[in-house]
Formats: sequence, structure tokens, C-alpha cells
Amino acid sequence: MITEKDVDHVALLARLELTGEDKEMFTRQLNDILEHFQSLQRLDTEKVQPTAHVLPLKNIYREDRVGEHIPRDDALANCPDRVDNYFKVPKIV
Amino acid sequence: MTQYETVIGLEVHAELKTRSKIFCDSTTEFGGDPNTHVCPVCLGLPGVLPVVNKTVVEYAIRAALALNCRVASFSKFDRKNYYYPDMPKNYQISQYDLPIAEHGYLNIEVKGEVRKIGITRLHMEEDTGKLVHQGNITTTPFSLVDYNRAGVPLIEIVSDPDMRSPEEAYEYLNKLKAIILYTGVSDCKMEEGSLRCDANISVRPAGSQEFGTKTEIKNMNSFKALQKALTYEAERQIKVLKEGGRIIQETRTWDDEQGITLPMRSKEYAHDYRYLPDPDLVSMVIDREWVEEIKRSLPELPDDRKERYVREYGLPVYDAMVLTNTRELADYFEDCVAVYPNAKTVSNWVMGDLSRLLNASVVGIINCPIKPEQLGALLQLIEKGTISGKIAKTVFEEMFATGKAAETIVKEKGLVQISDEGAITAIVEEVIAKNQKSVDDYRAGKERALSFLVGQVMKASKGKANPELVNRLFKERL
Ligand SMILES: [Zn+2]
Repeated sequence: MITEKDVDHVALLARLELTGEDKEMFTRQLNDILEHFQSLQRLDTEKVQPTAHVLPLKNIYREDRVGEHIPRDDALANCPDRVDNYFKVPKIV
Repeated sequence: MTQYETVIGLEVHAELKTRSKIFCDSTTEFGGDPNTHVCPVCLGLPGVLPVVNKTVVEYAIRAALALNCRVASFSKFDRKNYYYPDMPKNYQISQYDLPIAEHGYLNIEVKGEVRKIGITRLHMEEDTGKLVHQGNITTTPFSLVDYNRAGVPLIEIVSDPDMRSPEEAYEYLNKLKAIILYTGVSDCKMEEGSLRCDANISVRPAGSQEFGTKTEIKNMNSFKALQKALTYEAERQIKVLKEGGRIIQETRTWDDEQGITLPMRSKEYAHDYRYLPDPDLVSMVIDREWVEEIKRSLPELPDDRKERYVREYGLPVYDAMVLTNTRELADYFEDCVAVYPNAKTVSNWVMGDLSRLLNASVVGIINCPIKPEQLGALLQLIEKGTISGKIAKTVFEEMFATGKAAETIVKEKGLVQISDEGAITAIVEEVIAKNQKSVDDYRAGKERALSFLVGQVMKASKGKANPELVNRLFKERL
């Protein structure tokens, strides 16, 4: 059961600012989602190995070789703000 | 009064010496202009897919085997979620519940006692970007980010809480560094950040089996800082407990200038990482044959080499330990012994005069101006009696300064030892004639008077007289 306190916590971790109305809505919606997936709990998984991945693939590696870098201005192109060649972000303490 | 015991565990990060990053082909080269060693993958642009660098897995296994770890047969990568701009994806790819290796150990020696320190786990992860600040870090509202280091491969090695003093933590880190250096997977430079160390530390009443509340100490940038920070923190915790207070579980940072630890941030939030398997990376099933192959390629490790030095060369344990601390120094020693087989003499020179000059000049053993064969040749000159041990010290310093061979210097400077009995007898007789008081003292049983007389001969011969011969000539006459 998700409480408003859980929503506060998750919002903080995601750096989201929520109004009282938002919180009420998300608490309700998150509980609905969890309830929906509760149906999975009815499956008998006693003899099923835990899954780390859905694809039947393993050991996909690349060789240790250096390739092309992207031009610096392209690297910084999507950045809302920059100083010289750095990404500029709000300081987080 | 209650006695307290300190309990320490270390978390060590070592950067791996691969050419390219862990999940993309950007270079790992140090430095570079900000944001030039990047590509869409390490910038976390939408739609990109990471692919594991095989050499990273190989190096991690290599380090794990050298640390006596059990290498997993099945391993995977997970996302560690946190909001901080040092990672553009808002998560770091790391390993959570199925690390590449677990259950290792290494041995340390403190005050003559060997202690086995357990290694809980060794896992692979990506390094983060670097935040820089313009002006005053506390007042500036902005951070600037350079992602050149983001995605550089790291191994994190977590020890068991097995250490009982800051000295043991120091020795553990030193041994860990030595072993990793031997494997060649990292250059372990603490000053450049390719080796980093955090510590978990708590105290408890001596004899207690339960652990006290621990704090995590960060920002210790040298071996010295590690020892100072842990000593301070243990004392701080003991003081709090003695005053009836309680320890708060928190992360603290070491302030080297003030010599104290300070609280950093609340652990509750910092540690809610919500790990989940990274769906972009498929699982690793580690082939046993591959592990065996890596094991076979490991060099002789410090402990084995140390034991061999005691067994084969008959060296004291202390010498063996110092000489085998780095592969380069041990190689130097062995190359020298190949030319001059008296191992203890070689050890004395390498640990004494050579180390002193190397430390004073900040030249590494690799670039030592005196090659091991040249040191061997110098020692042969002493043994053959061509030069005295005292002159050899002068020749040695000259060799270090110029890189010239010992024989060349001896010839150029006319330093060949005088072993001509006639020439030395003349000096000895002159010294006896001029120092009647010392002669009488010696005859009266004062042994020290003889060294004075010998010293006079050495002085008169500019240190070139063969000291054994001088001694003999005096004894024959007095
Ligand atoms: Zn990249």
C-alpha cells in the first residue's frame, strides 16, 4: 500500500515538486498500478529461475578499441547552458 | 574504564588501464579538454546502447584471482539510481547482487603478526564525470560538468570489517595496491585518483561481539590521510560514547587542512539507490576455461615472491618484504643479483643508498640512472678490492648523477684502491710516528685508538688505502 509519505519520498528522489493535489492523484494511481500487478503474485513461481534479462542472449562484448569522439559542440548542443566547454548545471549540495 | 576496539572496513576503487571506456569506445586517456573524450553513449543520449568492453571483465577477473576471490559463473550489471549531475543518465551502471567475484582475502603484517583480511566482493562499474566550480564553492549557484571520466572502468573492492586499527587499514591498502600493481590492471595512483579509498569505521567496547554504529569516511586522498582520518574518527567516536552520547550513522568527509572529519549528508536518502538489472546489458556467463587461462597468466604475486626471497636468497623477512613491494623494485633486485650473486649485499644497497637517492630525486625505479647490471658491476669492484667500500659510495653517487659505469668513474677520477703494501707501509709508519699518544692508548688496551689511527691513514691516502691491509699493518707493528 502506497501512502502519501511514499510519494513524497519518491518525489524527492526524482527531484520533483508536487502540489497537494498531485500527491493525492499519484498516491491513488500508484496504488491502482500495484493492485493491477498483484495478479502476478497468483502465479506459482516455485520452480522458475530468477530472470535478469528477457532476451535469450549472453556474453555480448566489444573489443577494447578506441573509436570516434563526437565534436565538442555537438556534445554540448543539447545543453541548456554552458560555460566555456563545460555543461552548466545548478549546484546540488 | 571501558577500553574500546576499532572496527574498520575499506571500499577501494581502482581505475582499470583499458584503452577505451567500459561501455563505449571513447578513450580513457587522462586529461584532455573538457567534454572531448565523449560519445553519445557516455553522454547518456536517448536511444544509445552500452556494450561491455571485454578487457574490463578480463581485468576484473585478473584482480579477483590475485585477491583469492571466487569468480562468479553468472554475473550481471545493474543500474544504481541517483540524481546528481556527475552522471548524465541519472544512474550509474554498477553491479549489485551478482558481482563478478566474492569471498577473497589478503594477508597483512602488522607488528610482526600476520592477519588475514577478508574481501567481501569485487565488482565492476563506470566512473562518473567531474564537477568543477568557479569561484567560491559554497557561494556559487552553479556547477560545471566535464564528462571525460564518465564511463571509465573501475573495480570496487569491498573488504570485510576485519581491520582493528588505522595501521591495519594502512597496511591493507598498501598490500591491495601492491597486488593490483603486480597484476598490471591499474596504475593505482592515489594522487591522480586512479586509486580511491573510503572507509567504514565504528568502535565497540573491547570484547564485545556486536558492531557499533558506523560512519563512512570519504575524501582521504593519500595513505597518510587515510591513517590520520581513521585515527581522528576513532577518537571522536570513543569520546562521544564516553560522554554518554550516541554515534549517528552518517557519511563524513575528511578535512585534511583542519585534520578533522565533518558530516556530509544524511545516509537515508543517499543510499536509496533502487538498484535494478540494466535491461540494456545482457548477462555474463563466465567461461571456466577463460578464468583458468587468466589465472595461468598471473605473475608471481608479492607474498609468494617474498617467501621465495627468504627461501632462495636467504634474506631477512623484512628485506624480502620491502624488495617485493613493487614488481619493478623486485625485478631490479633480481637483475642485480644475476650479475652479483651476494643477495644480502645487493639488498643492502638497493634498500639503502639506492632508495635514498631515488626518494630524494623523485625518479622512479623504472627510470633509475643506475641500471641493475651497473650496480652489480660496482659491487664486483668492491669484492675484487679495486675500490674500497667507502670510495664505492662516492662512485655510486657519481653513477646516479651521470649514468656512467662504475669502472669509467673509477678510472677517470683515479679512485683505484691502493693495495700496494710498500706504499701503505710508508703511510702507516708515518702515522705511528706522529701519533705517539694514540699508539700508547692502543697498547694500553683502548681498541678505539686503532680506528683513529686507521682513519689517519685513510685521510692521508684520500680514502684509497685498502682498509683491511691498513688494519693488518698496524696490528703487525703495535
Ligand atoms: Zn563514450
